[in-house]
Amino acid sequence: MNTKDIVYIALFAALTAALGLFPPLTLPAVGVPITAQSMGVMLAGALAGSKRGGLALLLFVVLVAIGMPLLAGGRGGFGMFLGPSGGFILSWPIAAFLIGWLIERHKGETPLVLSMVYIAIGGVGVVYLIGVPWLAFAAELTLTQAITGSAGFIPGDLVKVVLAALITRGVRKAYPDLGTRS
Amino acid sequence: MFDLYRPGTSFLHRLPAGVKVLLLAVLGTLIFLVDDLAVILGFLAAVLALYPMARLPMASAWNQIRPALWILIAILLAQGFINGWETGFFVTARFAGLLLLAGLLTLTTRVSDMVDGMERGFWILKYVGINPAKVSLALSLALRFIPVLATITAEVREAQKVRGLNRSIIAVAIPVVIRTLRMSDEIAEAIETRGYSH
Repeated sequence: MNTKDIVYIALFAALTAALGLFPPLTLPAVGVPITAQSMGVMLAGALAGSKRGGLALLLFVVLVAIGMPLLAGGRGGFGMFLGPSGGFILSWPIAAFLIGWLIERHKGETPLVLSMVYIAIGGVGVVYLIGVPWLAFAAELTLTQAITGSAGFIPGDLVKVVLAALITRGVRKAYPDLGTRS
Repeated sequence: MFDLYRPGTSFLHRLPAGVKVLLLAVLGTLIFLVDDLAVILGFLAAVLALYPMARLPMASAWNQIRPALWILIAILLAQGFINGWETGFFVTARFAGLLLLAGLLTLTTRVSDMVDGMERGFWILKYVGINPAKVSLALSLALRFIPVLATITAEVREAQKVRGLNRSIIAVAIPVVIRTLRMSDEIAEAIETRGYSH
């Protein structure tokens, strides 16, 4: 792990934090606010690779845990992990790692649609897989209730997947020597 | 770097950061073993009482709850209709209590002290093959990067405004990411030139 890797890890942690500063968008159809922050997970995995992306989100989680108000809405502190959304946030390092791993495994350049699939598997699949059961536990809901309650966020997350894939492609075009391997 | 610390000299302020983090982790876990609404309400009351004891204004206690308010209300209502109000109050009180407890840590501990405390614990990482100095570097860089990214984003938005593109997420995100990547390369070079050994 060289200096450049460390700087990239810090960068994508900071990017995820900065994305929390964007005001949440409320989809009128669903009525739940969607934040841009989970795109940081997707971009970290897709641009920095599995190892650096995963570590970047781990760093982010640690920064939040020590009290930095980096979560969307200026939230932070250890208490967030003990609350209903705790599982979602804790899943982010794993999600970023998986996205990076899937893209790295792919021989050659990943076509756009496939990158969307990979990003969705990590950025939505893994996140909900870990986040929803924790939600059920922390809010004393049954799994079905937790799933129903979270379903409203999925359309917004899928939009983020598409955006993240397009952003990744745009960045790679301008920065071909990005190099996902550390 | 911005943090939520409120200076003071109360007993909570003077407890070492590591002790507070540990207490929070232990108490935070134990509270999930509680089933009784009365105990949870007692917990909530006790944590609230710590605020004036640490000479923190009650407004700061409210500030811990405020960002999570809509989640709390949503869960209270959901539980109220599904499982009854007792469950609703139980879950809401538990989460509120945990937020307040974590708030006590954040309000009485400087981020720099927490980072120092963590760094003292980093020597363990050596046994897992991780260089503690690198972890420290990543931490401080991330903290320094955050306001920089906010500035870059504002600048890119201004530049894109001229083209009428400042509302397009992609038109803003791509230049921001590219500029930050270029900046990272320069910073990495600067660090190496200064002889950062690894």
